[in-house]
Formats: sequence, C-alpha cells, structure tokens
Amino acid sequence: MALNRCAVVGVGQTNHTSCRADVSIAGLVREAVDRALLDANMTLADIDAIVIGKAPDMLEGIMMPELWLTDSLAASGKPLFRVHTAGSVGGSTAIVAAQHVMSGLHKRVLTIAFEKQSDGNAMWALSVPLPFSMPVHAGAGGYFSPIIRSYIRRSGSPSHIGAMVAVKDRSNALKNPYAHLHEDHWTLEKAMESPMLWDPIRFVETCPSSDGAIALVLASEDVADKMPGKKAWVHSTAMRSEPTMFAGRNQVSPRAGEMCAEDVFRKAGITNPLKEIDVVEMYVPFSWFEPMWLENIGFAPKDQGWRFVEDGVTEMTGKLPVNASGGVLSSNPIGASGMLRFGEAALQVMGKAGEHQIEGARTALGHAYGGGSQFFAMWVVGSEKN
Amino acid sequence: MADDILRIRTPIGIDYTWSSGPGSVGYMRGLENGKLLGRRCPVCELVYFPPRNGVCPRCGVLLADEVEVGPRGTITTFCVVNVPFLGQTIKIPYVAATILLDGADIGMQHLIQECEAADVRMGMRVEPVWRDKSLWTPSLENIMYYKPSDEPDADFDVYARHL
Repeated sequence: MALNRCAVVGVGQTNHTSCRADVSIAGLVREAVDRALLDANMTLADIDAIVIGKAPDMLEGIMMPELWLTDSLAASGKPLFRVHTAGSVGGSTAIVAAQHVMSGLHKRVLTIAFEKQSDGNAMWALSVPLPFSMPVHAGAGGYFSPIIRSYIRRSGSPSHIGAMVAVKDRSNALKNPYAHLHEDHWTLEKAMESPMLWDPIRFVETCPSSDGAIALVLASEDVADKMPGKKAWVHSTAMRSEPTMFAGRNQVSPRAGEMCAEDVFRKAGITNPLKEIDVVEMYVPFSWFEPMWLENIGFAPKDQGWRFVEDGVTEMTGKLPVNASGGVLSSNPIGASGMLRFGEAALQVMGKAGEHQIEGARTALGHAYGGGSQFFAMWVVGSEKN
Repeated sequence: MADDILRIRTPIGIDYTWSSGPGSVGYMRGLENGKLLGRRCPVCELVYFPPRNGVCPRCGVLLADEVEVGPRGTITTFCVVNVPFLGQTIKIPYVAATILLDGADIGMQHLIQECEAADVRMGMRVEPVWRDKSLWTPSLENIMYYKPSDEPDADFDVYARHL
C-alpha cells in the first residue's frame, strides 16, 4: 500500500525535572504543546486531530487523564485518541499520529506524550504483588537486573561497560538544557563506585524519575512543502510485540525487537544500518541496555555491543552517536520518554538540536521499548524526502 | 486563594476479587497440598509453572496434562535487591532469583536465603524450605524461600536457552 509522506514540522518539550509542583498534568502538557505549535508556527485551531500517549495510569494514580485533557487541548469537535503500550508508548503514539497523516485522513496532527511521576509512585506501581506468587518483585530495576546479568554472562562483557554508558549519557545531557540531570562530576572511576541498587545495576546506571512532556506537530507533504522551516521527513515506522513470558524466550534480545528493526530499515530502504544511520536516540533506562539494543537492532554483531561502547563508537564524536540528548538516563518522564527519542531524532535531522547537534546528521533512528521488553516502536527520519 | 497549597496527598486503595479460571485451579490446589503442579502444552510439549492463564503463550492453545515439577531447581539468573520501596514485604538486601524447577521449561521468581547474597551464582542448585503445613494457603508463599541444595552447579549450556 502506498503511503502519503509525513513530516515533523514542530517539536516542543518541557524542561524535565523531578517535581513540577507549579502545574497540573494539563498545565504540563499544554506547555509542551504551546512550544511545539510555536515551532510549527501554528495554533490549536490549525490542528485536525490529536493523538496522546502516556504510561499506565497506576504510575501517577490518575485514571484516564484524557478525559481531563480534552478541554486544555481544545479538542472539541476533533478526534482525540489515546495509545497504550507501556514504556514504549511515546514511540507508538508518534507512530499512530504519523499514520493519521500517511493514510491521508488528516493534514495536521498534534501528538503528545507525558508523565508527571511526582503525582504518583511508579516504583510502588511496578512492584504490586501478584496473587499466589512470591512478592520478590522490585520495580523495573528488579525486573531488568537479572536480564542484564544474563547479557553480561552471555557476552563476556567487562563490568565497567554500564558505567561507561552512564558517564557518556550524563555528559551529553550537559549540552541539553531540557534534560533533568545536569551532573558534571561523573568519571568512570566514580561511576564504578556508585552503589548497587539492583545488583548488577548501579545507582548511576539508572534513569531518574521525572515530570515532563513532549509534543510534535506532524504535517502532510502539501502542508509541509509550504512551510519555510526545517522538517524531519518520516521515512518509515514499525511496531512489534510479543508476550512478556514464554518458554524459551530470548529475554536479552527479544525477537520482536529484531523484527521491528528489520522492518523499519527495510521500509526506509536501509541495508547497512551502521553505515546509513547517522544518529540514534535509543530507549536506555538502565545503561546496560545500550549494548544490548545495539545488538538487538542490528548495529553490532551478537555479543559485541559492549565493544562499541568500549571503543567510543556511541559517543557524540563516534561513528554512531547514541543519545546525544542524554537519553532516558538523564530524563525519564516515562510516558514521554519514547516520544522524546523520536522527537530528538527529528531535531537532529532538522539541524535544531542546539549544543548536542551531531554535525551533518541526515538520517536518524528513534527507538522505544516497553513492558518486559515486550513492545517495540521505531521510526527513521531524514532531512530529505524519502 | 488558599495559602500556597499546591499539592495534597490522597492515598487510594483497591480490593480485588481474583478469578483464577480453570487453568490455574490445579496449580493453586497443588500448592495447598504441598505439590508444585505445572501444565504441558499439547503442541510444543513445554511445561509451564505456574501455568498462568492456562494457555501456551507461543502456541495459543489450552495447556493440557498436569505435571509435577521440582521441588529442586537451578538459578538461571538473579537480582540482589538493595532498594527500599513502599509496600516492600521482604527485608533488604535480598536475592530475587529466577529458578528453573526440574521438569519445567520456564523460570519462576522466588527468594534465596541461608546463603550470603555474594555467594549466589547463576547455575546454583536450590531446594525449597516450606512453611509449617498448618499455614498453607493456595499460594507460592507456602515456600518461605529456596536455599542451596549443595549439589554441583548446573552447566551454563543446560540453562542458557532460558535466559
């Protein structure tokens, strides 16, 4: 099926921080929306449809915030649609919004993802005991730590790789004024001394808990062509899922992630991702996931992702910069984190990433995953039409 | 305007009624009687413990024959939890391990004790320590924890496909 072209024509995000006590969820969301509309030189009246996404409601303890957002988003008389795919939701929300345009249904679509972690207690929400089971589960870190241990064992990675990624992402965040953490004191030595929270995950290797939102304005080709500013053309999108638990599941490198990457590259006409992708915004809530996803996506051979980290390939000056924005490790408004990856990828190819701009970035990958590494969402964006 | 009241804390509680469904009844009745009962998929022949919703997630068919698994098993991987959190019921630090019970094809989560956290290993063989029988309910909590069984560690190749 031939799809219509779609471009990102506006990007707006809040400054991410541990607690925005000065605004409600609606105020936080509107802040990102106003910035995205300003960037696109549009108003809410120009928007045909709205697609929103956030992480599970239990994380904030506020049920169905979409009921409350319809007025603050001036959604009267327009379609408003909510997407749910756990932590990958920001990515899948942007994809659903892009499909609204690519299908030819709408010309100007506003898409938003957000999380106000300070309103709830995500660690509690992710640790609720399941009936008739042993209550040993301890949040997302408790879930992913054994999988990281499996990766280290399988790949033979040295133990400092997680700390290296953490130091890189925290240093990159210093160049991103919107990032939650601006910590300039990390060295590899200090990172290695950071306490173990969920052994083998150290404190420094863990994402923060953030309040934040991001909004994107997506436009059809005819609308985008008439706009003077820089655009990010959506070359391809892909989503895949699989059950969280099944016998023989590869939990370190889930098949759904491999399939999603194969699909997004095939649709974008990319045959050698390492060569053809200039910059990656990858969903890395725990630093060890950078080498793990490098392998899962197909940038690095199996068991070799950690060597990319060790050799500096993923640094801002490397062959494949990963998370120049500081990534999830530096800002984690959970529901927004996936769309931040997609939006940061767009900013890179628009040449609008500011101090963390990678010179000459023309093609970028935005990546998100969610649940127990169960949902995957990716898009490839480019500075030129596909 | 009230004096700068920006936020109030309002805890919310929910009580659930759990419908086990026919797929999990055997598992729960087994636990009530000190038995670990899994179920085998009639298509891929893999054994699930717990049988969760009574469905094989790969094949999409109802699990069939009940199979007694364990009681011993192998630690495939684990986390040492050092993080305190709201609602935590186990004293930190503790070891939350994925245990592949003998005869099962998927790991389950349980607690490791009677052993220093630093001594827990991938491949370590463990056995259950049950609560007093008078306290048994249809729950995996009838097993207080697993402890080292002092058998030789399992080879990595034996459990690598379960990671």
